[in-house]
Amino acid sequence: MDNSFDVIIIGAGVTGCAVARELSRYDCSVLVIEKDEDVCCGTSKANSGIVHAGYDAKPGTLKAKMNIRGNEMMTSLCEELDIPFKRIGSLVVCTDESLRSGIEELYARGITNGVPDLKILESDEVRELEPNISDDVVCALYAPTAGVICPFRLNIALAECAAQNGVEFKFDTQVTNIRSDGDHWIIETSDKTYNARTVINAAGCHADDIHNLVSENKLHITPRRGDYMLLDRSLEGFVKHVIFPQPTKMGKGILVTPTVHGNTLVGPTAVDIESKDEAPVTAEGLVKVQEGAVKNVKGLPLKQVITGFSGLRAHEDGGEFILEEAEGCPGFFDCAGIESPGLTACPAIGEYMASLVSSRLSLKQKDNWNGICKDVIRPFELPPEERENLISNNPEYGRIICRCETITEGEIIDAIRRPLGAKSLDGVKRRTRAGMGRCQGGFCSPRVMDILSRELGLPLEAITKSGGNSKIVTGRTKDEG
Amino acid sequence: MKADIVIVGGGPAGLAAAIAAAKEDSNLNILILERDHELGGILNQCIHNGFGLHTFNEELTGPEYAARFEEQLYGLGIRYMLDTMVLDVASSAVTAVNSKEGVFTVECGAIVLCMGCRERPRGALNIPGLRPAGVFTAGTAQRLVNIEGFMPGREVVILGSGDIGLIMARRMTLEGAKVKAVCELMPYSGGLKRNIVQCLDDFDIPLLLSHTVIDIKGKERVTSVVIAEVDDHLKPVPGTEQEISCDTLLLSCGLIPENELSRSAGVKINPATNGPVVNESFETSIPGVFACGNVLHVHDLVDYVSEESGRAGRSAARFVKANKAGEGPVINIKNGNGIRYTVPSFVRVNELDGDLVIRFRSGNVYRDSYINVLFDGETKLHRRKPIITPGEMEQVILKKEDLTGAISEILIEITEN
Repeated sequence: MDNSFDVIIIGAGVTGCAVARELSRYDCSVLVIEKDEDVCCGTSKANSGIVHAGYDAKPGTLKAKMNIRGNEMMTSLCEELDIPFKRIGSLVVCTDESLRSGIEELYARGITNGVPDLKILESDEVRELEPNISDDVVCALYAPTAGVICPFRLNIALAECAAQNGVEFKFDTQVTNIRSDGDHWIIETSDKTYNARTVINAAGCHADDIHNLVSENKLHITPRRGDYMLLDRSLEGFVKHVIFPQPTKMGKGILVTPTVHGNTLVGPTAVDIESKDEAPVTAEGLVKVQEGAVKNVKGLPLKQVITGFSGLRAHEDGGEFILEEAEGCPGFFDCAGIESPGLTACPAIGEYMASLVSSRLSLKQKDNWNGICKDVIRPFELPPEERENLISNNPEYGRIICRCETITEGEIIDAIRRPLGAKSLDGVKRRTRAGMGRCQGGFCSPRVMDILSRELGLPLEAITKSGGNSKIVTGRTKDEG
Repeated sequence: MKADIVIVGGGPAGLAAAIAAAKEDSNLNILILERDHELGGILNQCIHNGFGLHTFNEELTGPEYAARFEEQLYGLGIRYMLDTMVLDVASSAVTAVNSKEGVFTVECGAIVLCMGCRERPRGALNIPGLRPAGVFTAGTAQRLVNIEGFMPGREVVILGSGDIGLIMARRMTLEGAKVKAVCELMPYSGGLKRNIVQCLDDFDIPLLLSHTVIDIKGKERVTSVVIAEVDDHLKPVPGTEQEISCDTLLLSCGLIPENELSRSAGVKINPATNGPVVNESFETSIPGVFACGNVLHVHDLVDYVSEESGRAGRSAARFVKANKAGEGPVINIKNGNGIRYTVPSFVRVNELDGDLVIRFRSGNVYRDSYINVLFDGETKLHRRKPIITPGEMEQVILKKEDLTGAISEILIEITEN
């Protein structure tokens, strides 16, 4: 790998990868540097998976603009990149008549922001849409353009598409310093030193650290933790829309939503913490999630939880997306403070940042750019005849490895072999869903480890949960002791 | 494809059911569908001994116990398909997939559900903390050690005192790991007394009752867990926290019968067992669909699984032959004081295949108590037990001839005197 690039992107989360894909349209060399072992390992891996309609952000802000544009772009993007996405609509539920004005304000804000088809529904209409809604419901803001998406596939597909169009990726590589030699940005890492004409800082919770290496105009990001609970797919249909409480200054509150794969997701809390790398689930957080959930949805069987997790939001002090060239740092562009609605906004952020960089570097569009990228083949989503052909040609598509989610060996092999393929159990899980079901990998993880070991040519002892030292077994039996 | 009886699962329950059905009628076309690449189910990874005391009057290992049944199965020429996952169960058809046949449907006269159970994972326990490598259910760890030959870790804390956790405490110790503690949320163990003695006491492994794990630390791999005592409401008591350094947390916090197929088929489920509601013939709410083994209710001893499954298999064979559901008067079995559930839930006396065995679990620990059986309010059995615990399944056996006459309800209860 040459050490000089036109653009170096720091961070392979959903923002960095969206920028990478947009830049891959142009004739330029792009490298994405990621500190973790895979794409989608930070803020992007643990969030609500919601495509927001766009009524939350203040009119005129970048958050509002990028949300609206991102939402608009999402349908065609998901078709191009084979990403599961369902526009199921969202409801912001008011359960106290005295707070009705809050719903009216949100409605007005949504109209100003340009959110299509917004409606305020009265209690009967809400009940008709959501039979399990709280008996206290007074009214709700209904936004049919909101939806749910697979956040992993979105991130992975953006990266795969960028890679197929020539973008290079360097994993397990930490940026340690950045300086300018007047012409280029010199990027020192835990591995090599790179230089680039332009830099995109998409480092999530660490975007302030990266920015502050080069700019006198300091940024400050607070990691804001959110706890979630994921419920079994057997509850599919218990709620049909994304159900929010009324928002507060800490965020959109604890939502209840179907995921795009048919689970029910509840959360998040919002607690500012110190660590940017560790987001422990807390007992208090889980209690708050449960209390929050049943306020809006009655009788939600929270005992059907299959896992709890928590994620971090990269909250910048100003509460706004920072999408600009850092002051006094020509060619160094920040994508900082990308918290909600960051997932929704990422295609728009990618488009916007690519336009800034391409005009700075006077880039030309390629004529052979390919924006289409297929997901892992899912035999049980194919019509029967195609499925049977697939299995008879590739018998591994008839061998179920993950019982809970009905994932075959063929899908796991594909996830490992494809460009930027999976290298760990979590990598396989995010690409295939193997291990994401109700037994949480109890049955399939030793089998997935065997497949990883075989495909990667590594001994079983070297297989990790999520890279680094997250090794799953510590050695052979009878080796020590 | 066609079969008289399809058996879903080739573990101990499926094997015993198939053999009994074949012995009942050697002309039956029986087919076992097994998702793993060998028969025997979870027995294959249970290399410790203690299996078969009731069935063979011997102490066998799990694989040896399975082999006894497999040999009979081969001798009877019963068909089975391995690496075959059942996708759907309907009242007279089973749909499955494997790499040879693709997706295929077997039309059949009767179905025996023998899918076993799964372990409750960390996520379902709401244990706070980080999510590093090194957190395993005890059964997954057992597979890694006994089948794959790898150590899940070297310094171990175990949460839950279910039998697999106890067995793994000993197994890990024998492999050179240090098991620092077994924490049990409840004030009593969930496992068999004999396992506490042979797997913990004999190795000086402390069993901390009324303790739980309140935090898991370590970003990439577990570095420690924090445990605490719990109060009567099972809430951690502030000030009792203890951090134990370890690289592994094993979970043995309960088994969940795998009834996703049963539920989607419309089989009625007993919320106390998470298994199907069955009658004396182990027939579910759908005529011709039977259930046995751990998919029905979680057992402590495989011998009882084999015995019940034999009854289920014979019943399935008779159902196919008679080509109609059983009939006659029905006696309901009711849970009285202290009884969490019984299997079966009701009895049709005409259909009884010998004596009636009622198996049940208590909801709490009872010392120096009595198990009573009442027929329509009249005490028929009053038996003293020095100890009754939720971790040990109890049974009463009622003679078929005693059940004749107009009984409408059998009540089982636990009393102090």
